[in-house]
Amino acid sequence: MTKAGTTLAAEKAPASPERLPRRRGVELALIVLAVLLSVYGYCAVGLARTGSVPPGAAGYGAGLGILALVAHLAVRLRAPYADPLPLPIGVLLNGLGLVLIYRLDLETPGDRAAPAQLVWSTLGVGFFILVVLMLRDHRVLQRYAYVCVAAALVLLLLPIFFPAVNGARIWVRIAGFSLQPSEFAKVLLAVFFAAYLAANRNALAYAGRRLWFMQFPTGRVLGPIVTIWLVSVGVLILERDLGTSLLFFGLFVVMLYVATGRTGWIAVGLLLAVFGAVAVGRLEPHVHGRIEDWLHPFASVDAGQGPNQLAQSLFAFAAGGVLGAGLGLGHSVLIGFAAKSDFILATAGEELGLAGLSAVFLLYGLLVERGYRAGLALRDPFARLLAVGLASIVALQVFVIAGGVTGLIPLTGMAMPFLAQGGSSVVTNWAIVALLIRVSDSARRHYDGRVAP
Amino acid sequence: MSRQQGTAAYVRRARALCALLLFALLVNAGRVQIVQAPSYDGNPANRRATIARYGLPRGDILVGGETVTGSRDSREQLRYERTYPQGPLYAPVTGFASQLYGTTFLEHSEDGLLAGTDPLLSPFPLWHDGSRVPTPGGNVVTTLNRYAQEAAFRGLGTRKGAVAAIEPATGRILALVSTPSYDPSELSGNGRRVAAAWARLNDDPEKPMLNRAVRQTYPPGSTFKVVTAAAALDAGVVTDLDAPTDSPDPYRLPGTTTRLTNEGDGCRDASLREAFEWSCNTVFAKLGVDVGVADMTTVAQGFGFNDTQLRIPFSAAPSTFDTSVDRAQLALSSIGQYNTRATPLQMAMVSAAVADGGMVRPPYLVERTERPTGETVGTGGAGPVRQVMSPSTAVRMKELMVDVVQEGTGGNAAIRGATVGGKTGTAQHGVGNSGVPYAWFVSWAQADTDVEPKVAVAVVVEDAAADRGEISGGGDAAPIARAVMRAVLGF
Repeated sequence: MTKAGTTLAAEKAPASPERLPRRRGVELALIVLAVLLSVYGYCAVGLARTGSVPPGAAGYGAGLGILALVAHLAVRLRAPYADPLPLPIGVLLNGLGLVLIYRLDLETPGDRAAPAQLVWSTLGVGFFILVVLMLRDHRVLQRYAYVCVAAALVLLLLPIFFPAVNGARIWVRIAGFSLQPSEFAKVLLAVFFAAYLAANRNALAYAGRRLWFMQFPTGRVLGPIVTIWLVSVGVLILERDLGTSLLFFGLFVVMLYVATGRTGWIAVGLLLAVFGAVAVGRLEPHVHGRIEDWLHPFASVDAGQGPNQLAQSLFAFAAGGVLGAGLGLGHSVLIGFAAKSDFILATAGEELGLAGLSAVFLLYGLLVERGYRAGLALRDPFARLLAVGLASIVALQVFVIAGGVTGLIPLTGMAMPFLAQGGSSVVTNWAIVALLIRVSDSARRHYDGRVAP
Repeated sequence: MSRQQGTAAYVRRARALCALLLFALLVNAGRVQIVQAPSYDGNPANRRATIARYGLPRGDILVGGETVTGSRDSREQLRYERTYPQGPLYAPVTGFASQLYGTTFLEHSEDGLLAGTDPLLSPFPLWHDGSRVPTPGGNVVTTLNRYAQEAAFRGLGTRKGAVAAIEPATGRILALVSTPSYDPSELSGNGRRVAAAWARLNDDPEKPMLNRAVRQTYPPGSTFKVVTAAAALDAGVVTDLDAPTDSPDPYRLPGTTTRLTNEGDGCRDASLREAFEWSCNTVFAKLGVDVGVADMTTVAQGFGFNDTQLRIPFSAAPSTFDTSVDRAQLALSSIGQYNTRATPLQMAMVSAAVADGGMVRPPYLVERTERPTGETVGTGGAGPVRQVMSPSTAVRMKELMVDVVQEGTGGNAAIRGATVGGKTGTAQHGVGNSGVPYAWFVSWAQADTDVEPKVAVAVVVEDAAADRGEISGGGDAAPIARAVMRAVLGF
C-alpha cells in the first residue's frame, strides 16, 4: 500500500479532452414534468373531493413552476455542470408534499397548513437559489467548520429555553413562527464532520495505539469529535428528540467510516447504538412507551382504548393496498395529531398505494444515489465527505421516519424530507439539495474521465 | 490498494448501506400493504369500513313503486344518514338503520344489499374485489300495498295494536302495522340526540319500537276457533255443519271441577255453524278434546304454530300451541286460551289458508331486490306451500266465516260488493283475567268480480274500550279490518 497523501498528487490524471455535456435541458424537462405531476395531483384531489378542479390549481402550478424555473436559471448560471436530477426530485417531492398537505387541509377546515407550507417552500427555494448563487466554491465551507459546529451546538441548545410541545423540547417559537433548530443543525454538523474528518483522516486511521483488535486514534484527534457527538446526542436525549438523535448518530458513524475505512467504527457504533437504545429504553418512560408501541401496535385496541397513532398509521397503509385509494379518497386523517407532519407518509401510502409509495422511496433513493455519485467523482476529501454526509442525512432521515410510521423500527418524531409539514425541514432540505448541486457541479466540471459521475 | 481507491470503496459500501435501508423500507411497506392488509382492514378498531358503509347513499325500500326511505348528506365523517319520510307508518317494516345502534327488520335482513356490500350487486363476479370504487346499494321492493298500510295505520290511530294483511294466493304481505310507532329517522345519525332518542324510545312503557305484528304474541281467544273448527272438520269429528254437537253448557273441563260457560245463551248442543257464529266456548272446548291433542297439534302446526324458523325475511316470533297438555288444558287451548298464543301475522296466515283452499303459504315482505339501475338481483316468496286442511274443509270453513260477518258477531266487517268471511275474538289475559282484554278480528275478502279472495287480515287492538260489555273483536277490530280489505280490493 502506498503512503497516503503522496498518491493524491501522483494520481492526478490529465484532464479529458472534451468536457461533459451540461444536461441543463434534461433538468428543465424533468422540472416541467415534476411541476405538471404536482399540478395533476392537486387537480386529482379537487376532482375526487368536489368533482371540480380546485380554483387555485392554476395559481398553484404557476407558483411552483416559477419557483422551479428561477432555481433552474440559478443553476444554469452558476452551476452549469451540476447533476440534472436533484433539483427536479426536490421540486417533485416538495410539490407532492404540498398536494398531500392541501388534501389533509380539506379534512381539517380549522387548521390549514398548506398556505404556510407554500410560503416555507418559497423560502426554501429562495435559500437554494441564494446558496447556488453565493457559494461559488464549496471549499469555502471548510474554512468555517468551527463556526458551523458552534452554530450547530447553539441551535441544538436553544429549544431547552422554550416550553416543550407534546413531550418534545425541540421547538423555538418566535413571533408566531415555530422553528425546529435541530433541522438546521444537521447540515451544519455534516459540514463540520466533513471538514474535520478530511483534515484528520490520516491521523484517525493510522495514528494512535492498537488495542486488542482495533486501532484507536490518539485522544487529541478523537477527543473533539467524540465530545461534540456526545454533546449533541446528550442534548437531544434531554430534548427527547430521538429521531434526530438517531440521525446524528448514524451520520457520525457513516462519515467516520468513509473517512477512515475502519470497520471497527461500524462495530463500535452499532454496539454503542444497541447499548444506548437498551439503556434509554429502560430508563426513559417516553422512549419505553415508543418501544412498547412498536412491539405491540394494537395493544391499545385490545385494551379497549381504541387505536393509537401507530395503529392508525398501519391501518392507513393497509387501506392503500397496492394501487391506493386515490388522491383525496383515503381516511388517513384518522391518525389525528401530526397527520400532516410525522405521519404524512401514511397519506401517501393510503392514497397512492404501494405503487406510489415505492415511487416516493425510489425518488429518495435516486437523490441519495446522486449524492454518493458526486462523492465518488470528487477527489477533494472534504467535498467527498460532504456529499456522502448530505446524502446519508437524506437516507437516514427517510429510514428513521418511514420505518417508524410503517412499524419497521420504533416510531420517533421526524419530518419526511420535503413531504412533511414543517418550515425548518423544507428550508434545510433545499439547502441540502443546493449543496449537492454545488458539489456535483464541481465533480462534473473537473471530470477527468476516470470515474463516471 | 491506493488511498484514493480505498476511500471510493468505503463510499460504495456506505452507499450500499443506504440502499439496504431503503430496500428494507420497500419490503416492509409491501408487508404492511399486501401481507398484513387484510387483517388490518378487518380490525374492528379500523373505522374505514364504517366510513365506507356510510360513504354512499343507502339503497332504498320501495312500497308501491315509491321509496319510503331516503338518505341525507350529513357532511360528517359518516356521511349519509337514513331518512324516513313516513317514519312511523312503515317503521314495523323498515326498522331503523342507525350509525350508532345497527339495523333492524328490513334494514337489517337486507343490509348487505342496501349498503352495497352484497356480491350479487356487482355486474361481474369478483368485480368488487378488483375495483376500488364502492358499489352503490340496491333497492328493496316490498310486497306492501300502501293503501292497505295507510288504512291500517289510520284505523288503529292512537290505540295500541297491530295489523297484518296477506294476499292468500301468494303469501305476499300487504300491510304490517304496529302502534304506537316511532320515527326511525331519529336513530339514523350518531350524535347526542340519537343517543337521547334511543334512551327515550327504550324507556317508553308503550314500547314504540316493538313490532307487535310479528314480534308480539297474544292469546288469540275466539279467533283460534277457526283452527279448532278446521281440525274438527278435517278429523271427521264434525261432518255436518248444521248437526247438533252434543255439547253441554256449562262444560265441565275433563278431570276438573271447573265449569266453562259462555257469554250468551243457546250454546247447548249448538251446531258447528251456530257455535262458530256465536262463538260458543263450551262447544269448541269440547270439540278440541274430541279431536285429541295429536290432531289438534298437527293442524295448529300446519297453520304455522310452533314454527321458530319463519322469516319474512326478518324473523317472526313463534306462535305457540302447547303440545304437552292434559284434556282440560287442551280444552282451554282449543279456545285460544292457556298457552296458546299467536302473532297477528300468524292469525292472518290462518285466515289466508281458509281463503286459499286450505293452503298455507309462507308470508313474505320482499317482492324483489334490484340494482340501482333496476335489474333484478333476487326475488322473494319461494317458500314451501303446505295443505293444512282438505279443500272441502276449507270451503266449509269459508262458509262458517262468511256467516259470522253476515249474521253473527262480525257484521262490522261487511263490504258491499264483496264476500267477507271473519271471526271475532276477545281475549282475556292477565292474572285472573284482570288485564284489559284484547280485541281480535281475523277475516278475508273476495270482491264479487274476483275469482279468489284477495286479502286476509288479522287485527288486534290491545287497549280496547275498558268496559267488558263494549269491547269486542266485532266492535273495535272489525272496522279496521274492513278498511284494510276495502283498500286492497280497491273500493
